[in-house]
Amino acid sequence: MTRSKFSGEKYNIMTSSRLPALAAIALAVTVIFAPLAARADTLQEANALFKQGQFGPALEKAEMVLVAKPKDAQARFLKGLILTEMSRQNDAIAVFTKLTEDYPELPEPYNNLAVLYAQQRQFEKAKNALEMAIRTHPSYATAHENLGDIYARMASQAYDKALQLDSSNASAQTKLSMIRELMGASASSSRPTQVATRSNPAAGKIPAPAAPAPAAPVDTKPVVEKPVEAKPAAVAAVEPKPAAAGAKQDAEKTVQDWAAAWSRKDVKAYLAYYAKDFQTPGNEARAEWEAERGRRINKPGEIQVTVEKLQITIDGERATAHFRQSYRSASLKTGSNKTLALVRRDSKWLIQQERVGN
Amino acid sequence: MSGGHCFTGLCLALLIGAGGAPSLAAPATPAERTYSDSGPEAQLARIYQEIEKNRLDTALTQVEVLLKAYPNFRLGHLIRGDLLLARAGPINVFGAAVNAPAEKLADLRDEAVARLKAYREKPPANYVPRYLLQLQPEQKFAVVVDTEKARLYLYENHNGQPRFLADYYISHGKAGGDKLREGDQKTPIGVYHVTASLPRQKLGDFYGSGAFPISYPNEWDKRQGRNGHGIWLHGTPSDTFSRPPRASNGCVVLANQDLDALAKMLQIGTTPVIISNNIEWLSLDDWQAQRSALQKSISDWRADWESLDPEKYLRHYSKRFLSGKQNYEQWAAQKRQVNSGKQWVKVATNNISMFRNPGAEEMVVIAFEQDYRSSNLNNVMKKRQYWVKEDGAWKIIYEGGA
Repeated sequence: MTRSKFSGEKYNIMTSSRLPALAAIALAVTVIFAPLAARADTLQEANALFKQGQFGPALEKAEMVLVAKPKDAQARFLKGLILTEMSRQNDAIAVFTKLTEDYPELPEPYNNLAVLYAQQRQFEKAKNALEMAIRTHPSYATAHENLGDIYARMASQAYDKALQLDSSNASAQTKLSMIRELMGASASSSRPTQVATRSNPAAGKIPAPAAPAPAAPVDTKPVVEKPVEAKPAAVAAVEPKPAAAGAKQDAEKTVQDWAAAWSRKDVKAYLAYYAKDFQTPGNEARAEWEAERGRRINKPGEIQVTVEKLQITIDGERATAHFRQSYRSASLKTGSNKTLALVRRDSKWLIQQERVGN
Repeated sequence: MSGGHCFTGLCLALLIGAGGAPSLAAPATPAERTYSDSGPEAQLARIYQEIEKNRLDTALTQVEVLLKAYPNFRLGHLIRGDLLLARAGPINVFGAAVNAPAEKLADLRDEAVARLKAYREKPPANYVPRYLLQLQPEQKFAVVVDTEKARLYLYENHNGQPRFLADYYISHGKAGGDKLREGDQKTPIGVYHVTASLPRQKLGDFYGSGAFPISYPNEWDKRQGRNGHGIWLHGTPSDTFSRPPRASNGCVVLANQDLDALAKMLQIGTTPVIISNNIEWLSLDDWQAQRSALQKSISDWRADWESLDPEKYLRHYSKRFLSGKQNYEQWAAQKRQVNSGKQWVKVATNNISMFRNPGAEEMVVIAFEQDYRSSNLNNVMKKRQYWVKEDGAWKIIYEGGA
């Protein structure tokens, strides 16, 4: 049976005061600035308590935020996580359900809802929630992995009926990933005040597609902002330059070799295809990103990455590769459109940006 | 994205394709078939078609429709499990359940193969089981069971000619066919009839919606020393739609809905139930030829009896003849003696049924109402005879009241 990895070792709550949109509002409406700042502090405290496992006090703090800002997505999300940890599953389900209603474009509440449903063995509901998460964010890796697990759990139930088995014991409990962060601020716990970045909490490198921030409610309540761009970032503008002969073939070969290195789990070779100035998802530190990639690629089981319908556009020392990427591992099977922005350095094509979508 | 891999486990077609040649010389095109597709086989076949085309999503949708109709259909749940698991990752066996008991998986695989084979290799409409040589007018229906195919075929009597009505998946004895001994967990092979109807209220849940005992052991079985009793056609426990092909202690087990449909047709004491390991099918021409030859033998036997010439009459009897305690010599002596005291004999044979006995030996079970009139005795009785072919001629090997 496949098991997805727990994705959110570090959970990062984005504080609204750092959001440009909100900042603008805050400047314009100074009257409410102070309460917002207070909210941010309280939320951080709630988050810190949560991380320390002090769920009761964490819940209190979160509730404090919500008294002032009942609609606050971050606080509600955190409350859902706290309730989950407190085994108040039905309450947590209510919180995440409401979040999906208020912010249908956010995949995280759907995902967490699915995890909770799965814990209650309501796999059909879990599946539907994950499908919603994927509908809003087709490349959302955690949702894909969790969906794989849900299918496996549903399969197990079907087998039980077929073979008159009873596998509903505790050891067969689902191990789906709860998303611990909303919109993935990638700040590690040691850098709590860092500007929000956007590491993908799941497979890390399969980014949430670009989406505009949910329309801010007309009042000034803090809103959660979507990443303003896909991560890895959008393909850089190409510079018109004469393309060298054979450059296209070289670039094609680079993409294929990159996929091959990934498939044979050769982390070193795989990472060597990335340029020094590769735009890591969420501007993560390069070392951290590399470590994360290495960890993911070295997960047990085979990986098979294939590149189909590869189209290369050469523009001088830059190239753009569009293709269909099929990824298969022990726990995940996805197909997605991918775009690589390549740059040629020392007659070698290197990946500067990587994103899902065209 | 998943294009390449073959769900070998799911591709039962491979299994079925390797399952030997169809038993029919001239399979008809589907258009010629008149079979009702009331059971799950048609859906099952469609699901496997989708799987073979790697359209697993469509297959899953169809399995869910199937399970809505048959919620306790374990095989359906197994296929659903495979299709769901295939979404989570590649699978390569039929029934990819972790820690699945191999025996239960094998049972479900056998059931899948049996159901799909029966669906794909349906006998052509212009062929009949060779056993149904003649139904008498009161026998509105006939049941023929094929243990190896795990199938029961229901025929109706259409002016003396068997006409296909329906076929159903069945389970039979754990140890197969050819019952010999009590407790051998085998299903008897032979010509029987339904002897009673046991309503479900009098039965445990295990027997499902009802039970119909059959006449095992028959006269021939007893003569062969076969014993045991309590061979029934019956239904299925409420916790499952069907049982594996080889599951019973010798009974023929149907899904409850199928037993209910069949029950409406069964006439107690009348409806023949013929069980074969592997039904032989005849074209209607061959069937007619065999039937005519037998009819002539019976007609000759009757005429020779009326002739009052015991030697002419006795040539219809096998030297292996045995009826009760009488062997051929005793039978012959008695007939010679009886005939010598008569001025005339008139024998009418009405409502003749003729059923070929499944098996290697050419044997036919004939039953009729005998209206015997003679100068000194009149007698009307139901009679059963077993005829065997000896040196190309049909001979009576058993005769007795029915």
